Amino acid sequence: MIINGVTIDETFAEAFGMKATRVIITALNAKWAMISAQAMTGFATSVIACGCEAGIERVLDPTETPDGRPGVAVLIFAMGGKSLAKQLETRAGQCVLTSPTSALFAGIDEGVHIPLGKNLRYFGDGFQISKKIMGKRYWRIPVMDGEFLTEETTGRIEAVGGGNFLVLAQSQEQALAACEAAIEEMRKIPNVIMPFPGGVVRSGSKVGSKYPALGASSNDAFCPTLKGMTKTELSMDCESVMEIVIDGLSKEDIDKSMRVGIQAVCDLGKENGILRISAGNYGGKLGPFHFHLQEIMA
Amino acid sequence: MSALTFVMKQRLDQRVDMSPLVCNLLEGLTPAEIAKIELQNGKRKIRVDELFRIKGSDAQNIIIEGSFSKLDFIGKQLDGGSITVMGDVGAYLGQEMKAGTIKVDGNTGIYAACEMKNGYLEIKGNAGDFLAAALPGNKQGMKGGTVLIKGNVGERAGDHMRRGVLLIEGDVGDYCGSRMIAGTIAVMGTTGRYLGYAMRRGTLLLWNQPQLSATFNDCGIHTLAFLPILFASFKKLNSKFSQDGARFNRVQRYGGDMAEMGRGEVLVKSS
Repeated sequence: MIINGVTIDETFAEAFGMKATRVIITALNAKWAMISAQAMTGFATSVIACGCEAGIERVLDPTETPDGRPGVAVLIFAMGGKSLAKQLETRAGQCVLTSPTSALFAGIDEGVHIPLGKNLRYFGDGFQISKKIMGKRYWRIPVMDGEFLTEETTGRIEAVGGGNFLVLAQSQEQALAACEAAIEEMRKIPNVIMPFPGGVVRSGSKVGSKYPALGASSNDAFCPTLKGMTKTELSMDCESVMEIVIDGLSKEDIDKSMRVGIQAVCDLGKENGILRISAGNYGGKLGPFHFHLQEIMA
Repeated sequence: MSALTFVMKQRLDQRVDMSPLVCNLLEGLTPAEIAKIELQNGKRKIRVDELFRIKGSDAQNIIIEGSFSKLDFIGKQLDGGSITVMGDVGAYLGQEMKAGTIKVDGNTGIYAACEMKNGYLEIKGNAGDFLAAALPGNKQGMKGGTVLIKGNVGERAGDHMRRGVLLIEGDVGDYCGSRMIAGTIAVMGTTGRYLGYAMRRGTLLLWNQPQLSATFNDCGIHTLAFLPILFASFKKLNSKFSQDGARFNRVQRYGGDMAEMGRGEVLVKSS
């Protein structure tokens, strides 16, 4: 398949089942809601070493938030329910509770309820106040700038992590520009995050390593400087490869975001140095979710 | 199916226990079976059809027409459905109610909504003493749900209240929120003496400055984030509490009762 001179490989991205939740952070103004959300989603690019994958889903208008203040929706993904709960609590406690004027609410009501403010309340040292409003329990925790308001729990649901595609380009600049264009479009799709820095990852990995202690290592088949030294996947005119990884609340959400992302890259086309779109997989043996590039773009 | 309607035929001298006439107990009964039910009336029993003319058959939607102040225990332990009362009612309206809706267009006697667990209770007129309180000797009053009073309320409103929301558009008497364990009482009118007497936790949200005991301490004026959420939860009510002009989030906060646990609060609307 070729779109605007860009070859779409006959391959697929392989993704895994994850547990996910959404939380809503509000603050006195949009600036401080964003600061808090950025802190909460920091160091959350990959479950391999960060414990979770997290990102900002979108900015919320005051009319969309529970307390009528500007807000930000954050999605957090982890491999298991326990690790998700632990990451959520740690990040809420250190990044949102501490952030001036913030409040924290559940962004998903269905699914299994996991603690949000349920344990953070003990920071109030006995001065915390519970309020049950419309069936939901909130905690008012006295803090030095006033009160930190948080919902007791948020919903944990089944989700999908690890959807991806690779952008192969003639130069680093062209690969980056294409990925930026893709991310801009993908951020308009709800229920997904691209957890790597700026949504783009330049160090895609393969399973295993020559070093026994490492479970993953550089994806040498897609490293342009190794074209003559390893079993490469790259043509000689390809100088740079970048990857976009997507976590979503459902397979359909990832399908949709991959489609708009790949389309944005293809719109730049061959004349802007884009050569191919490929994807990362493990032969289809590890992840139950397969995203076939040509089917998505059909 | 039209509402199951009880039209009052005669006003008795003695009080009547109306607790058998709730939706969950009448569901599936024929009008003849309902007519045979005996209600306690003073020291004797009276058949339902001696007291009421019965119309309709939808037991989930009960209407009591011509009610007066000697009909006690209306909606006791109601567990779903709705009861609408035209006229006044006696004591213990909605006692231990678990779910559903009760609406009264007149006044109620003492102990309305006492030990209520959940659901919605609305009184267009005035309510007597011990609204949403615990029965004598019991330690926990209202435990959940919402009560809206459009008129005034007597003394000891919310005594021993544990959870839930009590909304009062009018004035309240002395000892409002006394011995309160938790929950929220909002009063648009004036409050009497000994407000929040011995309250442990809970919130008294007031539109007018109360006369506070010495055991309540001023914590200053604050903007509280939970208030917009609380007011948003009143939005669907047919009440002054749902009006845009009624909302505020800036309050003078008093903590107390310091003679008790001292984790309660009186929040007074700040101009």
